[in-house]
Amino acid sequence: MSSPLAIQVGNLARRSIVRTLRQPAMVVPSLVFPLLLLAVNASGLNSATRLPGFPTDSYLTFALAIAFVQGALFAAMSAGNNMADDVETGFLSRLSLTPLRRLALLMGQLAGVMALGLIQALIFLLVGWIAGADFATGVGGALLIVVLVLLTSLAFGGLGAFLALRTGSGEAVQGMFPLMFASLFLSSQALPRELIQIDWFRTVATYNPVSYLLEGVRALMIKGWEAQALELAFGCAAAIAVVTLTASALALKVRMVRT
Amino acid sequence: MRGRGLTSAAGAVWWRNVHTFFTNPAFLLPGLLFPLFFFTAFAGGLSRIQNVPGFDFPPGYTTWVYGFVLMQASAFGGVFTGFSVARDYEGGFARRLMLGAARRSGLILGYVMAGMTRAAFTVTVVTAVALISGMEIHGSALDLIGLYALAAAVNAAAGLFAVGVAMRFRTMQAGPAMQTPAFLALFLSPVWVPFALLTGWVKSVASVNPMTAFLDAERGFLSGAPDKVALAFGAVALLLALFAVFAVRGLHSAEQAA
Repeated sequence: MSSPLAIQVGNLARRSIVRTLRQPAMVVPSLVFPLLLLAVNASGLNSATRLPGFPTDSYLTFALAIAFVQGALFAAMSAGNNMADDVETGFLSRLSLTPLRRLALLMGQLAGVMALGLIQALIFLLVGWIAGADFATGVGGALLIVVLVLLTSLAFGGLGAFLALRTGSGEAVQGMFPLMFASLFLSSQALPRELIQIDWFRTVATYNPVSYLLEGVRALMIKGWEAQALELAFGCAAAIAVVTLTASALALKVRMVRT
Repeated sequence: MRGRGLTSAAGAVWWRNVHTFFTNPAFLLPGLLFPLFFFTAFAGGLSRIQNVPGFDFPPGYTTWVYGFVLMQASAFGGVFTGFSVARDYEGGFARRLMLGAARRSGLILGYVMAGMTRAAFTVTVVTAVALISGMEIHGSALDLIGLYALAAAVNAAAGLFAVGVAMRFRTMQAGPAMQTPAFLALFLSPVWVPFALLTGWVKSVASVNPMTAFLDAERGFLSGAPDKVALAFGAVALLLALFAVFAVRGLHSAEQAA
């Protein structure tokens, strides 16, 4: 007799969360690297706030958005590594012999990465608050930032899961690192899009959804409740989530048949 | 006779590493792509920074970023040499090499020469891309000699450091111990803006970071107004001497372990 979906998801989610948080090599870099980049950027690029049109006089506030999105982007690596490990060790094959639903498996596997995203978001909020970053929308805005980070973690976690399921290889998932790196750096991460001077770079940043994720967080921290920025940020995160989770579900279907 | 033993060991290690580097894309591409990527991301995304009051660098922001990327390619070209050493120890090749070498210090020389060759290739590609992107060089031929001599010296210093680490640990797991100091030295310096425009703790660290002198000197050569040349060459000479001792002691450590 098949278990209800919620119980299946709950059991797998518990395993995924415990497994993710038990790996210091997965948790520590995902917290340390965004904070290190934040510390270097906030001090090294503070003079950028003197540019006419720069939206705030605190580069720390501007750069804090990078930490949130960087952490969520690299969730793809965590999710992919965990899933690839399950493929490589045969855990997924054994699960395929049970009446477990594919949706439960996918959502349960991504719970670990969502938990990591939640911890990251709370720590980055705390560090930002202690360091003196502005939060124009207050506690409500901070909560919305956490929701956006979770949605983004789910979206990019889905990408990692898709690659792991398609290839069954942890090395292939690691190969995503340059893609994540490029998607972050070829966006409006360092300057607002309207202040990017080089045309081709501004065009790339405009088509890069990461720019809108950053701008959503920045709107909540710097400008206030800007409907358009929030719609674009949540819209991009949701669209990426739909695409990557659908692709992952299809890849899982094929993987389960193969096994 | 002793000199011949040194050069033959160095030459053999150099040739093996250069051959591996140029025939294996897995080694060739990362060392090439990361400087190119940083050049593209910084020169493209941050060029408006040159409009900040107090930012005075006549050749322009592309040249400013090139100064940083040149240092990055040089330093990491040296660091990757340490990876080659660690890989050779993991595979058992380095132990056989130590048995066959007439003078083992030639091994260090060979690895450092291979790192310089790799960096020279990366710098050539990055320079070509920078020139195509519109980089202006206001320095004279003599300035350019100074520019690339300093880059080569930084590469050799980073290579000696990485070889020293690799010979002590003899495993690829020591990679972070080789990369992290180079990464921190590079980014805790005037990467994006001049030293005077830095603020906070990064400015404090940059004031004692030798990379600041290297970058100032490199950008001075590029702009035709050499600056802090004696300080930069003095600092790199000191680092070369320190890291040469570090590498030789690392070799002794490897000999004892073998």
